Amino acid sequence: MERRDFLKVTGVGMGTLALPITGNVIAAEQLTLPLELAVKKTLADAALNTATSAGASYADVRVGRYLNQFVVTRENKVQNIVNTESLGVGVRVISDGTWGFAATSGLDADSVNRAAAKAVATAKANSKFQDKPVVLAPVKGVGEVTWKTPIEKNALEVPIADKVDMLLSVNAAAMDAGADFINSILFLVNEQKYFASTDGSYIDQDVHRLWAPFFATAIDKSTGKFKSRQGLSSPVGRGWEYLEGREEDKVKSVTTLYDKSYDMVEDARLAAQQAREKHKAKSVEPGKYDLVLEPSHMWLTIHESVGHPLELDRVLGYEANYAGTSFATIDKWRAGDFKYGSEVVNLVADKTQVGSLGHVAYDDEGVPTGEWDLVRDGTLVNYQAIRDQVHMIDQNQSHGCCYADNWSSVQFQRMPNVSLEPGKEPLTPEEMIKDVEKGIYIVGSGSFSIDQQRYNFQFGGQLFYEIKDGEIAGMLEDVTYQSTTNEFWNSCVAICDERDYRLGGSFFDGKGEPGQVSAVSHGSATTRFNDINVINSSRKI
Amino acid sequence: MTMMDSKQAKSLMDKVLGFSKAEECEVNLTGSVTGNVRYALNTVTTSGVTEDVTMVVQSAYGKKSGVATINQFDDKSLERAVRTSEELARLSPESEEYMPRLSQQEYLEGKGFVDATAKITAEYRAQAAADSIIPSRKAELTAAGFINDNASFAAMANSKGLFAYYPSTGIDFSTTIRTADGTGSGWASRDFNDVRLLNTADASKVAMDKAVRSAEAKAIEPGKYTVILEPAASVTLINNMAGSMGRRLADEGRSFLSKEGGETKIGEKLFDERVTVYSDPQNADNPYSPWSGDGQAHAKRTWIKDGVVQQLPCSRYWAEQKDYEAIANPGGWIMVGGSESTDELIKGVRRGILVTRTWYIRSVDPQTQLYTGLTRDGTFFVENGEIQYPVKNLRFNESPVIMLNNIEKLGKPVRINGNMVPPMVVRDFTFTSLSDAV
Repeated sequence: MERRDFLKVTGVGMGTLALPITGNVIAAEQLTLPLELAVKKTLADAALNTATSAGASYADVRVGRYLNQFVVTRENKVQNIVNTESLGVGVRVISDGTWGFAATSGLDADSVNRAAAKAVATAKANSKFQDKPVVLAPVKGVGEVTWKTPIEKNALEVPIADKVDMLLSVNAAAMDAGADFINSILFLVNEQKYFASTDGSYIDQDVHRLWAPFFATAIDKSTGKFKSRQGLSSPVGRGWEYLEGREEDKVKSVTTLYDKSYDMVEDARLAAQQAREKHKAKSVEPGKYDLVLEPSHMWLTIHESVGHPLELDRVLGYEANYAGTSFATIDKWRAGDFKYGSEVVNLVADKTQVGSLGHVAYDDEGVPTGEWDLVRDGTLVNYQAIRDQVHMIDQNQSHGCCYADNWSSVQFQRMPNVSLEPGKEPLTPEEMIKDVEKGIYIVGSGSFSIDQQRYNFQFGGQLFYEIKDGEIAGMLEDVTYQSTTNEFWNSCVAICDERDYRLGGSFFDGKGEPGQVSAVSHGSATTRFNDINVINSSRKI
Repeated sequence: MTMMDSKQAKSLMDKVLGFSKAEECEVNLTGSVTGNVRYALNTVTTSGVTEDVTMVVQSAYGKKSGVATINQFDDKSLERAVRTSEELARLSPESEEYMPRLSQQEYLEGKGFVDATAKITAEYRAQAAADSIIPSRKAELTAAGFINDNASFAAMANSKGLFAYYPSTGIDFSTTIRTADGTGSGWASRDFNDVRLLNTADASKVAMDKAVRSAEAKAIEPGKYTVILEPAASVTLINNMAGSMGRRLADEGRSFLSKEGGETKIGEKLFDERVTVYSDPQNADNPYSPWSGDGQAHAKRTWIKDGVVQQLPCSRYWAEQKDYEAIANPGGWIMVGGSESTDELIKGVRRGILVTRTWYIRSVDPQTQLYTGLTRDGTFFVENGEIQYPVKNLRFNESPVIMLNNIEKLGKPVRINGNMVPPMVVRDFTFTSLSDAV
């Protein structure tokens, strides 16, 4: 059973959206007052001293203030405005070669010292059953440093009234354009994270993220059917400026697509029209199609079929009881010639792309972040790994992708941004479509499911258009495609060039036990895959 | 103080209500101690304990409300939280759906707290993990698993005199045990309020047996099959469907319970006549809080009887709009079954597939409740009442509405993920592709 608290936003077009809430509900003005650096350092030093005195060979402390603001509306109503704050200290230690962890919401020396002692006691209790001691890759202490997400305008400082006005304008645009229902939401996240370790690092980071999804639904009362279209925004590591919807960031296609900023009102209007149009769309004929996948769709396919299978903890079996393991086994990587995809496929991990959800300067165990290859010219070349893992793949430097979603959660390996490099030859989506005889152009992410070793997957989308003899021939419905990861990426025949490169992402990616969420971006340009199996998802009940 | 008794909680909350100057004030107080141990590759990987207490104060003027929170409980901090929530309420937009706070309700007695669970130690957790790891090591199998326990309380009080308190405990265990060569995988899970019911060694034996028996699985053609669904194979499908059974969604025309012309399917027979689903906060095997998050009293309720939808959860706002009874979402549900175990059900199946559990279930079409997902950790071909051989995992595209119409037989319900679900034999379950995953 999941013990975490959830805020349930019911009534959204796709059912119930369960939002993980890890904090307390607080007043808006409190969101912008950070904890004093000196207070954090004092607490951190106390915990480090207690842990080492109790026998820890390594210790780190995270003093965290995690802030969320959710504004939830439907049609012409505000449903909920929630500000949450989660404040506390997590202490992680190695004692007798074994990890131990304890956390407390008490921000005083006694509470922190008690947590540090408890972490050491837990490590010692478990060490009896530990046959291999933890091996940590070295990290040089960086002293006292600070970093902040490069935002132009802190969304938490924007008055609630402006946010409500914006969302109600979005809803009005959709209702005017034919929607019967719309739910629109703003999620704002600010992680004020202070990390200190016995390696000599004191790292203060101020991380900002934002997401503005909506769900528009159009009902046909004569048939009793309902059709929905979700917004095409991307969750981002940006500030309020993302919602300015600048013209230069718009990409005209079968619908308007968005790059570094988002016009939510325009997208809602188009979504309502398209939800209505879906009632008259042709139901897809099952069979093999060439798929042309737009970046607002591609991100999720990359996330599930590349991001997760190349997490080293999964590959090694550490996630076997929950998320599963991976088909991309160590022997395939060691062979050096495993063709993950076709020659045009280059997949890169990073924690540094500006505007991405994964962007930070240091990970949650004090490692400086960077960029590295996962798949180069179609061949598997590396994984995602952290300090206690890299020695298992003969490396001595962590990749810097360790993360905890809260002070009360233990940090562990989480997916960095994983992106598909754009094609090297000039190619636009229009030129790509012209070359397709029988295909489907898919926009937006929808239903997604993949097995526990990441072989077999099935994906839906938001908008589907039939491609006939190089032309868009109208909207389709009931489309889902099924494939296996290796076969799919080896059927990749073309990728548009960097002019079409855009980021999508997941705001609430789940992993681990107890479950933790993280946010991660995936970039790509429009990409073509040949001969993919499409099934028809319509049923009668 | 992380765990407070009813008296301590009430005293603290009354003090907060005493500071209130708003038209309405509500206080929620929660506290918990949670502990866990996680293991993989036959060794403990992470383990920890977290303690937390939070208080949320909500003040309202008409339909304008504001909330504030604290985790420091001196008088000054308490009063500041009340003033902050009042200030925020004055600044907030009106919410048409805000409902006045409830006065004192009659609540059933809570049954979810077991002292033994609240006293779990780090040593207990380490030993419980060892009881799964050591037999696996000896059998040259590889165990991964997770044990998570908690002792917690929730309390609510408001300016209309309502007070509610519910202490609870819980322990969840799951393990996945694989063969050393990775060709076989088995799984088992248990969840209880009372730690004394948990035996991680026994549960691990089930997973070990499935791991060995599932090795070297054969491929079969996807298609429609009779299936024996263990409770873990059907619980998410039914739970997802139950989560879509809201009165408002049905009235609005965006639910599988909506009909053409704006009507709903309440009162219609939608499932096999053996399908009856109810909830009961005092059920001895599956208790939950006797009150909901907005203070409504939970009672025993039947949602589906003999295949007919009886009633749907309905918010207080929607109930007022439509002159319905407000019905809170239950904390867990129970599907009535028979008396046979999964093993006994298998004996009655001429040809079918036994599914241990299903995984990565996602909605494909909310209109028809179509979901896709895969089998995992023990899928077997059954013929003439016996397991014949393991089969590769399969992707399904199926609706629980169709599944619960195609029932052949129901077994004895067991607790799984906070619900009670019977194992079941279902005909014509739709598998659409094969997976190589183990």
